[in-house]
Amino acid sequence: MPGPEHYVALSALLFTIGAVGVLVRRNAIVLFMCIELMLNAANLALVTFARLHGDLNGQVMAFFVMVVAAAEVVVGLAIIMLIFRTRRSASVDDSNLLKY
Amino acid sequence: MSELSEASGLLGYVWLLVAIPAASAAVLLLAGRRADRWGHLLGCASVGAAFLLGLGMFGQLADLDEHRRAVEQQLWTFLAVGDLRVDFGLLFDPLAAVFVLLITGVGFLIHVYAVGYLAHAPHDQTHESAGTARRRFFGYFNLFVAAMLVLVLGNNYLLLYVGWEGVGLASYLLIAFWFSRPAAATAGKKAFLMNRVGDAGFILAIFLLFAQVGTVQFSGVFAGVAGMSSTVLLVLGLLLLLGATGKSGQFPLQAWLPDAMEGPTPVSALIHAATMVTAGVYLIARSHPIFSANLTLQTVVVSVGAATLLIGAIIGCAKDDIKRVLAWSTVSQIGYMFLAVGLGGVAYALGLIHLLAHGFFKAGLFLGAGSVMRGMDDQVDIRRFGGLWRFLPITWATFGLAWLAIIGIPPLSGFFSKDPIIAAAFDRPGWTGWLFGGAALLGAGLTAFYMTRLFVLTFHGPKRWTEGQRPHESPPVMTIPLILLAVGTVAAGWLMSTSVVDWLTPVFGEAPEPHGLLSHGQVTALTMAVVVIGGVGGWAMFRNGTALAPAPAGPVVTAARANLYGDAVNAALFEKPGRWLTRALVYVDNKGIDGIVNGLAAAVGGGSARIRRLQTGFVRSYAMSMLLGALLIVGAFVAVQAGWFA
Repeated sequence: MPGPEHYVALSALLFTIGAVGVLVRRNAIVLFMCIELMLNAANLALVTFARLHGDLNGQVMAFFVMVVAAAEVVVGLAIIMLIFRTRRSASVDDSNLLKY
Repeated sequence: MSELSEASGLLGYVWLLVAIPAASAAVLLLAGRRADRWGHLLGCASVGAAFLLGLGMFGQLADLDEHRRAVEQQLWTFLAVGDLRVDFGLLFDPLAAVFVLLITGVGFLIHVYAVGYLAHAPHDQTHESAGTARRRFFGYFNLFVAAMLVLVLGNNYLLLYVGWEGVGLASYLLIAFWFSRPAAATAGKKAFLMNRVGDAGFILAIFLLFAQVGTVQFSGVFAGVAGMSSTVLLVLGLLLLLGATGKSGQFPLQAWLPDAMEGPTPVSALIHAATMVTAGVYLIARSHPIFSANLTLQTVVVSVGAATLLIGAIIGCAKDDIKRVLAWSTVSQIGYMFLAVGLGGVAYALGLIHLLAHGFFKAGLFLGAGSVMRGMDDQVDIRRFGGLWRFLPITWATFGLAWLAIIGIPPLSGFFSKDPIIAAAFDRPGWTGWLFGGAALLGAGLTAFYMTRLFVLTFHGPKRWTEGQRPHESPPVMTIPLILLAVGTVAAGWLMSTSVVDWLTPVFGEAPEPHGLLSHGQVTALTMAVVVIGGVGGWAMFRNGTALAPAPAGPVVTAARANLYGDAVNAALFEKPGRWLTRALVYVDNKGIDGIVNGLAAAVGGGSARIRRLQTGFVRSYAMSMLLGALLIVGAFVAVQAGWFA
């Protein structure tokens, strides 16, 4: 029977994978997926603690995160599409005009 | 001080004395070119009107009872700050009345003379038309008269100071009237700056008065004199004296007055001989309760007067510029006035008699000098004159009367005014009586010498003119004022010596009995002797003219030609250290203060140029910094929770 610590460990693992992905990958789509991974890792932790404390607030918060994530995907994908159309590249390193 | 009377009749309009010239000055200075054609007429008319008004008021004042012979008029509150309340109030008492008559009377004559003088004034390289220059001149002249009347009519020290600064401004503007001439512009600045030194003393005296008695009104201050310690009185008097020496060209602030002769001659006559420069004497006479209350103070004033009268007379012997000789003579004669007011008691009135007499004969001398200059194409070098009496008879006659008056030949005014001062100096007890009396006596001899030299070299002896000069007499607009001043010179002395002392008794108190070293008869005989020696000696030495170039001379003459090194001392003591200080300050400013500011800016600029490299434009580096930041926060949170910092 897996206890709460297993869920939290899984959540931490997923978050780390996502964070490392954001730092090391260049493809905007992959970056995006890594961000989703981190959000869902957070969701998992929220649900775990809600269950542990018998408090529904955590679960409600997880729904909020999902809604925000969905909205973010809509906007983000549209931006990535437009960038890809104009530059024929989905690499985030190519979009580096806004700098010193 | 006597009781005040009700301001009735004409005396209720004291403010008009100031308002008329002030309004005229405003019109002349603000109306622009449309006033060019009639501006000078307005200028003369306003001063003439003020004179007539002053004459009427003088008559009414004389009708009042002797012990209530003063009126005061409060116009409005000039300023009220905390405990300090200063009214714009005018005080018309016997002392102010004689000044009002001198300023407006002699002033009116000089205004009229200036109309003729400016018509042929030396042309200038500015683009100003002759009419505009004339309007500007009369605007400044009226401004001067208005300010001078504020000075003598104010009923408190602050208002006196307002007039004091006003005449200083007018003096500056008029000395530098031909401002495109570097010498005139410099002389104006010099006069203004040296006056500032004295003015600083005066304003400090006003501060001290307020701190000590809480008011600056004459009546309140003089009532509070009794409660002051002798140290405070001494400091107060010395500060007032500093102000007086600055305005009156007395030692040690005498150097500006001769340079002020760069201005037009009517200015020299009115401002730098007859009226403004006597403001210092007025200040001391007005403050007589302060000066009479401290013996050391009186000695200092007398010493300043005695030193200055000798300095002026010695330098006057060595100058060759007709106006400079008269300027040093003015310095010397005001020295006599300081000597007199320093002696205290009845000598205050003697000083003022000499002031009035001097106003007449010195104005006459200056206007005569202007007439000579006009006839000789603006030549001012007396070595280049000679034999002019035949060509300028009216100028010769009036100048001659003024000459006899200033050296003190009876029955002209100088005899009646200067002789009693010398006698009063001998009246001083102890060895100081001999010292100051001797100085005054010596000064009288020197005066006779240098004035005779001036007169003989200008009007008599062989002609030493430059080629092609055709000297001619001035028009009536100039000679009539000369004649009227000469009449004043002849008549005033006797008139004043008999009546002015009585007239001023309400201000200065009764005359004490003399208890002198010498009787007045002996002093008069001595004075006449030195005057005749000086005059005859001067006539004999210069009867046959003089060399056109300055001959090499002994140390005394060389020193006198260099103004007794007064300018050199000023340059060494104040100008040079001032320059050093300025240079050091410029250095500190450029290298130190600018260095700090510029260094700070450079550090910020350089630092930000490096720090902005952090903005790489790569998303991953931003993501990395966000991660590190999040880790830091989480780490801190964990640390606090675990109690590592407890």
